[in-house]
Amino acid sequence: MATPTLPAELSDATRDETSLRRFLHGLPGVDQVGVEQRAAGLGTRSIKKGSKLWAIDTAISMVDLTTLEGADTHGKVRALAAKARRPDPDRPDTPRVAAVCVYPDLVSTAVGALTGTGIGVASVATAFPSGRSSREVKLTDVALAVNSGASEVDMVIDRGAFLEGRYGQVFDEIQAVKEACAAAGNTAHLKVILETGELATYDNVRRASWLALLAGGDFIKTSTGKVSPAATLPVTHVMLQAVRDWYVSTGELRGVKPAGGIRNTKDAIRYLVAVHEVAGPEWLTPSLFRFGASSLLNDLLLQRRTQLDGHYSGPKYVTVD
Amino acid sequence: MSMWEYAPAPESREIARLKESYRPFIGGEFVDGGGEPLKSINPATEEVLTEVGTASSSDVDVAVKAARKAYDKTWRKMPGAERAKYLFRIARLIQERSRELAVLETLDNGKPIKESRDSDVPTAAAHFFYHAGWADKLDYAGYGPDPQPLGVAGQIIPWNFPLLMLAWKIAPALATGNTVVLKPAETTPLTALVFAEICQQADLPPGVVNILPGAGDIGSELVEHAGVDKIAFTGSTEVGKLIQRSVAGTSKRLTLELGGKAANIVFDDAPLDQAVEGIVNGIFYNQGHVCCAGSRLLAQESVVDELLEKLRYRVSTLRLGDPLDKNTDIGAVNSAEQLAKIRELAESGDAEGAQRWTSPCPVPERGFFFAPTVFSDVEQSMRIAREEIFGPVLSVLTFRTPDEAIAKANNTPYGLSAGIWTEKGSRILWAANQLRAGVVWANTFNRFDPTAPFGGYQESGFGREGGRTGLEAYLDV
Repeated sequence: MATPTLPAELSDATRDETSLRRFLHGLPGVDQVGVEQRAAGLGTRSIKKGSKLWAIDTAISMVDLTTLEGADTHGKVRALAAKARRPDPDRPDTPRVAAVCVYPDLVSTAVGALTGTGIGVASVATAFPSGRSSREVKLTDVALAVNSGASEVDMVIDRGAFLEGRYGQVFDEIQAVKEACAAAGNTAHLKVILETGELATYDNVRRASWLALLAGGDFIKTSTGKVSPAATLPVTHVMLQAVRDWYVSTGELRGVKPAGGIRNTKDAIRYLVAVHEVAGPEWLTPSLFRFGASSLLNDLLLQRRTQLDGHYSGPKYVTVD
Repeated sequence: MSMWEYAPAPESREIARLKESYRPFIGGEFVDGGGEPLKSINPATEEVLTEVGTASSSDVDVAVKAARKAYDKTWRKMPGAERAKYLFRIARLIQERSRELAVLETLDNGKPIKESRDSDVPTAAAHFFYHAGWADKLDYAGYGPDPQPLGVAGQIIPWNFPLLMLAWKIAPALATGNTVVLKPAETTPLTALVFAEICQQADLPPGVVNILPGAGDIGSELVEHAGVDKIAFTGSTEVGKLIQRSVAGTSKRLTLELGGKAANIVFDDAPLDQAVEGIVNGIFYNQGHVCCAGSRLLAQESVVDELLEKLRYRVSTLRLGDPLDKNTDIGAVNSAEQLAKIRELAESGDAEGAQRWTSPCPVPERGFFFAPTVFSDVEQSMRIAREEIFGPVLSVLTFRTPDEAIAKANNTPYGLSAGIWTEKGSRILWAANQLRAGVVWANTFNRFDPTAPFGGYQESGFGREGGRTGLEAYLDV
């Protein structure tokens, strides 16, 4: 059940339900006032000139360009894929985004539009966004995504089970999804959405983060974007601290993805500063940090032009997809 | 993966509107002082910033008489509601000139601009706003009917928070109807003299506030002057003792806010990541030039290794350098003299067998800088556990049981502040009752608010500043 490389205290934690519960409840608490003060303090970093341009390019390369609407169509997904390939048509040197994120039934369209580009196709799955269905339905959802060629699966945890304290159930489900991510010829990366807005406390965010890491999630992700509050800086701090602590005890690097509510460059840079100073500079790469966003990309493109041209160009100069 | 370097983001020094010379402020006017002018230097570059005229002993006499006259003729007779208007006006002027004050403070003191901008200056304004509100309510403050001001207050402040300490001193004195003669520290007189301009802008009656730059000799002239009714001093315990000796046998009232060697106690059930933040904030805030700094970390043995690993990583992310850069976390030590003192004490730590760890951060060649330092394996008997270092140097001690933590925390002649880190509410209340310290922070550190009384036990001084309690130090009740 547990990964063999884990140190004893971590592999013991997943031995059974009781051990798991004891481990998660034994994690140090998170002081709300302290973590919010730290997040606000780091939020005052002033990023200028070359370091700003670097941050903008890095942020663009970390975007999971997302559309998760009931009204999504093949055309909409193709438009988004085109945007992902060439975010700023006037400036071909603009980095590509990391991935496009869609519902499972639209994965094949996205894959068709992005094959050979190196841009990932992420699919939400497991009865996204609520996660309220049977294990069977959730795994079928994952299979649809993976069999259609998704390179990344963004699953949601069962918040009901988590809040009831049935951690083993949440753990098993993440593991089952992780297994389902490995289909013939395609092993998708697993991002585990904690939906921190429903977990409500930072202590819960820390426990859910460790639970997802123990179960094998490659990324821990804040939110579905369908619940308010979505990503916040202090929540992301707690999760960045978790992946750092995980690295210190296991030597493994796992990723973090804040999603929802990050709309402008200023916010994105605050997140990158947190990545840089809380987790560490190693995490400043799309393989370990992503932004789940849709409107953020255009603001990054506008600010990129402002940096390069020396003046603001206006929203008419970026494409609306 | 390329490294991300933050580009320099310096605040412009032009904002400080630095003048070629500054002069003492007596009786509502800037005057030529009779003392030898001093050069104020920028501790981050060792360059001379400006020349400051200082007071002579006859200037002290003139200033005290000006303060007496203002007290007798206007200020004591003025209704509280009218006094309040001046205080509100001063508070707003501090806010209006906040950028100028912040940059000037950083140039003169060496503290990072983010602290002078986000903490010193706003908190100074907050003290005037808060005390303005008390000026017309003193009859109902619980001191009985008609509490009276004391008269002329002589106030001597240190260099670590020049403007903020001025606000702590002047705001309650004026709100309660006293007039003041204030001596800023020798190395950091500039913001006090801009404050004098603000008094002029606010049309404060002449003589209500007098500012006398100068060295310790001017301070002792002020303390010994027969026309002074009250002395308020913030600074070293050594000088505090001299002042207390000097005013003994006189009718002068005295409050002293002196040194400290605060214990920051981390129990094994603490929120560790936030405890790390609190430890960093406790000892590295303002380069550790804080009388209530959490300079002794008392960590429970069962978590000390994990805590130190996290702490060292966190401290290594602190950015040391140009204090005017908005991203600087640790600025310059205020003077060469203080830097020498910090070095000497740190060396005693090496000599006595403590383990020194220093942040790998780059240190500028010019200027008075000292990289954040953590000593582990510190024992109670070492100098770095007993003496106030007043610099970015943390001494880590350990304990096994809560009783041992309290015994070690209280094993100091000081008693200004303490910190407790635990998720257990009952332990917070228990420990706070056991600790002999004027301020006890729980799961936080170095938080200041004008509504909260601040002051010490034992050799950390007596009297309180801030809150309703702080008013009493300036009232005859």
